[in-house]
Amino acid sequence: MSVRAGGMAHAGRYARRRRLLSSFMLALTGVASVIVLVPLLLIFYYLISAGAGALNLDFFIRLPAPVGETGGGMANAFLGTVLLVALAGAIGVPGAIAAGVFLAEERHSRLARLVRFVADVMNGIPSVVVGIFVWAWIVVWMGRFSLLAGSVALAVILIPMVARTTEEMIHLVPRELREGARALGFTRWRTTFGIILPAARAGILTGVLVALARIAGETAALLFTAFGNPFLEWRLNEPVASLPLLIYQYAISPYDDWHRQAWAASLVLIGFVLVLSLAARFAVKSPYRGG
Amino acid sequence: MQDPRPAGAAGEVIQLEARDFSFWYGTTQALEGVNLAVPKRKVTALIGPSGCGKSTFLRSVNRMNDLIPNVRHEGDLVLDGESVYRPEQDVVLLRRRVGMVFQKSNPFPKSIFDNVAYGPRVNRLVNGRAALEALVEESLRRAALWDEVRDQLGENALGLSGGQQQRLCIARALAVSPEVLLMDEPASALDPIATQKIEELIHELKSEYTIVIVTPNMQQAARVSDRTAFFYLGRLVEVGNTEEIFTAPREEQTEAYITGRFG
Repeated sequence: MSVRAGGMAHAGRYARRRRLLSSFMLALTGVASVIVLVPLLLIFYYLISAGAGALNLDFFIRLPAPVGETGGGMANAFLGTVLLVALAGAIGVPGAIAAGVFLAEERHSRLARLVRFVADVMNGIPSVVVGIFVWAWIVVWMGRFSLLAGSVALAVILIPMVARTTEEMIHLVPRELREGARALGFTRWRTTFGIILPAARAGILTGVLVALARIAGETAALLFTAFGNPFLEWRLNEPVASLPLLIYQYAISPYDDWHRQAWAASLVLIGFVLVLSLAARFAVKSPYRGG
Repeated sequence: MQDPRPAGAAGEVIQLEARDFSFWYGTTQALEGVNLAVPKRKVTALIGPSGCGKSTFLRSVNRMNDLIPNVRHEGDLVLDGESVYRPEQDVVLLRRRVGMVFQKSNPFPKSIFDNVAYGPRVNRLVNGRAALEALVEESLRRAALWDEVRDQLGENALGLSGGQQQRLCIARALAVSPEVLLMDEPASALDPIATQKIEELIHELKSEYTIVIVTPNMQQAARVSDRTAFFYLGRLVEVGNTEEIFTAPREEQTEAYITGRFG
């Protein structure tokens, strides 16, 4: 009896220590995540306090006001960014997904190793270098800055990201699924496009949205490609404005009104990225469930 | 009447036959000179300790091993008198004739209906929606699953229980009208009740299909099979009627294994 009670007390002490340690560690990780969140919240706070004042309907539907006048908006930049991102996605996403499929299917082949290596290197290339590259090949060839050149530059940044994500997402699909399809007499391409890709759909979609969010904020690659344009422009062979470029341009200007508009544009850009990220979150809500 | 083939009592037709069949993964030999005849519309159980080559043998029949790099074989596997390895053999057609059920149930992340319908659709086995629906129902009935899922055919198959998923995979395999059904430890991940259902199902299916089942469970082999083949270290040690194997094995190794002295 006494021995047993002693043992219990002993166990009780350990349990107490264990609970204490657990609470301590939990608190530590909690503090760490708050620390991580602080810069993000500060950015939001600053953007809202500095930029919200300049947000109004005019800001979205009017063109920039001439220097010296106040008011005006950034309609040219909103249209430009939407066109650039959409066109870059249209150029880059199909090929990038196809490349990701190849990397996953032929992962040990020499070509796949080479493509994977090149994609990883490209992921690390500074975007200003991508801009110079596209300038040398497309802008010089066309003889002008253009929406097309800007989109190609963004697509070059997007392709390796989406290709590698697609590869990873296909790897996550259980091997048994592939075997089950092959054992039913499915050909290899039917297995990949009918079974594996749909099973990986949510993850691939997330990768695409994250990549689109990333290129929406891209500035350096557009400096010598899309260039910027004070007017609404949608033609492929004309220069276009974009939000990040206009933010850059307004931020280094000497005018207070432009500074306020630069803050407002930053707020809108962050909001756009946030919406894409939330959409990505929503897409993975139910992983590995097809239709 | 003399039958030169090693297995087969009177009146039995041999559906599948391994002739001096050897198999290598790279430089590792997994099977060594296996001679085995599988009678039509009977259940043949492959038993033996893990790594003995029984799964390798199973996966050679529908050439699933082709998906693994650096494999090679010698000897032959003959299905209905024709080598499955002959150059003009279409692997897709072979796998339609030889269905497979895996250890881990692997339904597609699609609806219950589409899981069964996908194979016939891809292989263009039926024309029209009505025929397809009839085929799905028939396949689910044969897999003893219809009554449980008839009202939820449109729901995702991943919502089913493990045992139901496994029977769905059997229905999926039956939908393309195979002659042979390969089962690779089909119940090893299931609870006893789900296992019993699978075993009852095997009993019913053997009137129409030739079944080869790999099982780690000797009681299961004894319960479901007509013939049992004992593999050890890549060799076929002994094959015979299940009753004989379990009551009066000829080989000492077989006896040692079934009495639990090793494995």
